[in-house]
Amino acid sequence: MDYIYLDHAATSPVHPDVVEAMVPYLTEHFGNPSSIHHFGRKTRQLLDEARLVAAQSIGATPNSIVFTSGGTEADNAALFGTALAKKETGRHIITSQIEHHAVLHACARLESEGFEVTYLPVDETGRISLSELKAALRPDTIIVSIMYGNNEVGTLQDIAAIGELLEAHQAVFHTDAVQAYGVLPIDVNELKVDLLSVSSHKINGPKGVGFLYIREEVALDPLLYGGEQERKRRAGTENVAAIAGFKQAISIMREEGMEKAARYEAYKQKMLSIFTEAGITFLRNGEQEHTLPHVLNVSFPGVKTEILLVNLDLARIAASSGSACTAGSLEPSHVLTAMFGKQNRTKEAVRFSFGLHNTMEEIEQAAQETAKIVKRLQK
Amino acid sequence: MSALSKKSPADTRVVIGMSGGVDSSVAALLLKQQGYDVIGIFMKNWDDTDEFGVCTATEDYNDVIAVANQIGIPYYAVNFEKEYWDKVFTYFLEEYKAGRTPNPDVMCNKEIKFKAFLDHAMSLGADYVATGHYARIGEDEEGLVTMLRGVDANKDQTYFLNQLSQDQISKVLFPIGELNKPEIRKIAEEAGLATAKKKDSTGICFIGERDFKEFLSNYLPAKPGNMTTLDGAVKGKHDGLMYYTIGQRHGLGIGGSGEPWFVVGKDLASNTLYVEQGFDHDSLYSDRLIAEEPSWLSSKPLEGSKKCTAKFRYRQPDKGVTVTTMEDGRLSVVFDEPQRAITPGQAVVFYDGDVCLGGATIDEVFKNDTRISYL
Repeated sequence: MDYIYLDHAATSPVHPDVVEAMVPYLTEHFGNPSSIHHFGRKTRQLLDEARLVAAQSIGATPNSIVFTSGGTEADNAALFGTALAKKETGRHIITSQIEHHAVLHACARLESEGFEVTYLPVDETGRISLSELKAALRPDTIIVSIMYGNNEVGTLQDIAAIGELLEAHQAVFHTDAVQAYGVLPIDVNELKVDLLSVSSHKINGPKGVGFLYIREEVALDPLLYGGEQERKRRAGTENVAAIAGFKQAISIMREEGMEKAARYEAYKQKMLSIFTEAGITFLRNGEQEHTLPHVLNVSFPGVKTEILLVNLDLARIAASSGSACTAGSLEPSHVLTAMFGKQNRTKEAVRFSFGLHNTMEEIEQAAQETAKIVKRLQK
Repeated sequence: MSALSKKSPADTRVVIGMSGGVDSSVAALLLKQQGYDVIGIFMKNWDDTDEFGVCTATEDYNDVIAVANQIGIPYYAVNFEKEYWDKVFTYFLEEYKAGRTPNPDVMCNKEIKFKAFLDHAMSLGADYVATGHYARIGEDEEGLVTMLRGVDANKDQTYFLNQLSQDQISKVLFPIGELNKPEIRKIAEEAGLATAKKKDSTGICFIGERDFKEFLSNYLPAKPGNMTTLDGAVKGKHDGLMYYTIGQRHGLGIGGSGEPWFVVGKDLASNTLYVEQGFDHDSLYSDRLIAEEPSWLSSKPLEGSKKCTAKFRYRQPDKGVTVTTMEDGRLSVVFDEPQRAITPGQAVVFYDGDVCLGGATIDEVFKNDTRISYL
């Protein structure tokens, strides 16, 4: 049996067309986009095109796109950039307990620099409460960072409503859309967000590139200093080949539209129905309606995450616990802990996430194999 | 091995515990070369960081990853910190509190490596678990699985494995038991394994290279007290009874003329450390011990008496003994010759030639049919 890859939320395969789009920028078009000669012009042109494609994909202007090394840098740039730029107006930050560590660990660092951070709790479905957000807002709040779709459980936050709520407040609104981008339509004006993080390798582009959308009237301090690239907002010679691939991945995503959401939803339902038919007990984690279509998080009572994941790997099924954990980490997921406290299900959860190349046959096979393993382990 | 012959190596899944050291690296390599379906697993049993804040286990796991990739086997990590704390470390502290000298490695093998880890391996569909211990697996005439000393007499680790049951040992492979350390190093170097030149770990795993006294003082309050002879003559101060073991010479700080001083006993109630002069002081010698919680590799309790050899400490030469199961289930062990520095809390391990029969924990020590009260 071939390997079945159900970990697209961790990273996704690079689309063959993306590879093809990158090759010329690794071979003949190697120029530095800042150079004044022919070679520079070729890559500068690509950069401008990519910026336009990226901007159009979220209803933004090209000037509001800053290419980064990926989602982590985009999140860090949003938080540190805002904190540095606005520290004279305020030192209060609001985020949630279920953010990616790229946000949470950046916030922890800012706390040690004297900033105050409110970590909003979530309910059992993983959603924050708008009224709690409203109550947490202060005159000195400078940034609110709430992720769009959660990478572990898929739960979506009501970003448009938060944007609405923050419209009259001085705080800038950042959303980490790394997981939502590509599977949900996103328009920064409808959502009323000021900053939005996107990563290329989650949408079948290459690793090492992403972008941060920065609303034009918002000023951030840069993380990197040096040349005048990215309008002085991110120094360093651009990762041209990766940006060429990213551009292609965005174009493919836009051509394909959002029909894949329905396909992924069908995968989810198929897996769940196979689990039900097999008679194994399971608990679904995360909001079921407002959710990322490609993420399914399930706890199997009595089966520890680390044992199930290894068994799945040995059965050639790649799934995940949802958070990248270090060598034998005991810490249950911070997301599931925020949702369920100390309940056992936080240590029994597995994430399946769908994407390019997955077929219904694979999903059935994987679900049946999973059910078989769980049945053996639940005894 | 009869059990092994039923399945071809390719259909036999062996889960090997890999520590990131050279022994388990070579053990994994040998299994792979023999054609088994090998899976490497790193056990994280203790949470610790070095002076740079780097988790020491992470460094070892990185070595496991490098070696597993070189050999071409999948690798995973499993966390037994809770099990280790509950079953090994708690026991370790309790024994010290009781004034005894525990053997955490024996307990770790019994409760972690050949219980929690074995269970984990079985949940991954393992037919066998393997470790890089210096010991061998055999079979007796009744078809029971036996455990033999490793060929390298210097490295033999059966002492630490004495508590394993027939159930446990029949699921175990010791791939390096037929080899000696220089051969292991040579195999590792020839294969270019990342751990070929890594130095051997020393000391108790969770303490590592650190100062034992300082480590223990983090967990148990040290009560300084008097150091006296058995007759009550005060010879100095001790830093806390738990820091000393029977027969110890160093660190007493007793000056003066004559032969060096040795720890010969402890009294918990009066917090006194007993010392006497001379390596061969009479008070260090005994002729019988009683050991508790016996465990036999055959899983059959010993009936009647048996003449065999025994080790009272790791790396000590075997001594002739006669073992008898007492009515209360404990063992009475009579020595052929008087023995020096028998230490409560340590393991007494029995051998019949190269076969390790089992062992027990030393509880009481006797001389001339009288219990030695100062131990």
